[in-house]
Amino acid sequence: MDRKGNDKSFPARPIERLKAKYRMSNAQITTNDSYEEVIIAGFGGQGILLAGRLLAQTAMKRGLEVTFMPSYGAEVRGGTANCMVIIAERKIACPVVADPDSLIAMNKASLNKFAPRLKNGGLLVMNSSLIDSKPQLNKTIEIIAVPADDLAVELGNQKAANMVAIGAYLQKRGHLTPDAAAEALPDVLAKRYHQTLPVNTKALRRGAEFVKNSE
Amino acid sequence: MCGNEALAEAAILAGCDAYFGYPITPQNEIPAYMSRRMPEEGRVFVQSESELAAINMVFGASATGKRAMTTSSSPGISLMQEGISYLAGAELPAVVVNVMRGGPGLGNIAPSQGDYFQATRGGGHGDYRTIVFGPSSVQELVDCMALAFDLADEYRMTVVVLADGILGQMMEPIVLEKKPRRELPPKDWALTGAKGREQNIVRSLWLPEGALEKHNYKLKAKYEQVQKNEVICEQYEVDDAEIIVVAYGVAARIVRGAVTRAREEGIKAGWIRPVTLWPFPTEQISKAADELRIFLVVEMSCGQMVEDVKLAIAGKAPVVFYGRPGGGVPTVDEILERIKQLTIPRNVKCKAKNAKPKLKI
Repeated sequence: MDRKGNDKSFPARPIERLKAKYRMSNAQITTNDSYEEVIIAGFGGQGILLAGRLLAQTAMKRGLEVTFMPSYGAEVRGGTANCMVIIAERKIACPVVADPDSLIAMNKASLNKFAPRLKNGGLLVMNSSLIDSKPQLNKTIEIIAVPADDLAVELGNQKAANMVAIGAYLQKRGHLTPDAAAEALPDVLAKRYHQTLPVNTKALRRGAEFVKNSE
Repeated sequence: MCGNEALAEAAILAGCDAYFGYPITPQNEIPAYMSRRMPEEGRVFVQSESELAAINMVFGASATGKRAMTTSSSPGISLMQEGISYLAGAELPAVVVNVMRGGPGLGNIAPSQGDYFQATRGGGHGDYRTIVFGPSSVQELVDCMALAFDLADEYRMTVVVLADGILGQMMEPIVLEKKPRRELPPKDWALTGAKGREQNIVRSLWLPEGALEKHNYKLKAKYEQVQKNEVICEQYEVDDAEIIVVAYGVAARIVRGAVTRAREEGIKAGWIRPVTLWPFPTEQISKAADELRIFLVVEMSCGQMVEDVKLAIAGKAPVVFYGRPGGGVPTVDEILERIKQLTIPRNVKCKAKNAKPKLKI
């Protein structure tokens, strides 16, 4: 911060500095002026916040503006957890998402809570292993039902259900690839869990495949 | 790294020697992070038994000339006010971070800006001030930590960093770097052992007749220096604006989004963002009010900074307030709607040269 200057007081945009740091060029950044607001919600313990952090980290590594805002406070395993991620090409105003473009719902309770807030034409990725019916809304949304828990069990670790859902979401949205997410995974996963990197990577790809096959 | 952890690391980079704190949501990540990192750096971390203890430990560490800080959230900061007043009386430097939550009382744990009065008016008893920062992004939160420690040392004052639950919890890309320190006066007042020199006395009690009055005038002169030299304020598209939105902290970044949208729609809007809340950018706002325009103040409270804006404008221009208290976060659309309501319809021209624009609220 400048001592006296009025206009110079605000530091250079972090993303500009990051670009310099990683020697990124604008060419690596997609050109349309996208602004994607995502809510990821489910039980505490389903890896909701990890999924959100992964999404944010992946976008950051691609040189995009990003914010991540978790629910915080009285969160416990089995309770509810949610987080809000914004991925954009321009500076992000408010990190709190009121009506998301996309919702990743990992259980029924969070589907009921957040699905009515989806924007018209929004995308819903729902975990059909735990959610039996599609929501009835009086707006048009695109629904992808992924049996995330079942697919994760097939891969040998039910806890990777969050990654299956993220893989499905990324494949559908197309702004970031599941492979890019796999690259960012070691940054957000605590070191003591790094032995789960292979299964998580597989889960990301499995989610993407599921969407590809059902199209 | 969330905002809390980022600011903790920034404090370490800024040379914080000792951290004292007590957990409270939404700033628990700070003591948690410090408990790990401070011992790694060979510095002091103490989880105190209460907020009262924490601020008095800061007093003790600061009296020995070390850089000390504490962090808490609204209810905890209230408990610390006695200590902050004593720090002011004894002219000791300290950095206090308040990650604000909803109030009054225990309130809730949602983000809020309800502690503006407490922070900018001193907060505790007696005739004193604290320097107050209102950062609006995680990067700025990080950048202001180094400055906070420098200003605290330079003026021997408490510097309050007024963040909120959103800033503390959110993550966004940042760059952490060590900043060069300002040129600072030597701490020749510190209690470092009086062997071979005159003894130093650190106190806030001035009983002899006239002694305290003299001391108060000395503090006043110091505060005037701060007001003269340390105001930081950011302005955007103010020159031709018909409406200027004033906001700080997280509210300011939402305002920024709304004003950008308003400009895209052809409304002449601009914003002013005080970065230092005390000293307040009175001059800048007063100057902006010399032209015919409306001021909209947006806060996450029932209206606190709006009083400072009104004082600065001194009746020269209409001031309208919009706020969401108790954890409510205004949306870009809400603010944009307000801006639209307040701007003069472009087909109506003001008749008299100095006629006030019609307010449609």
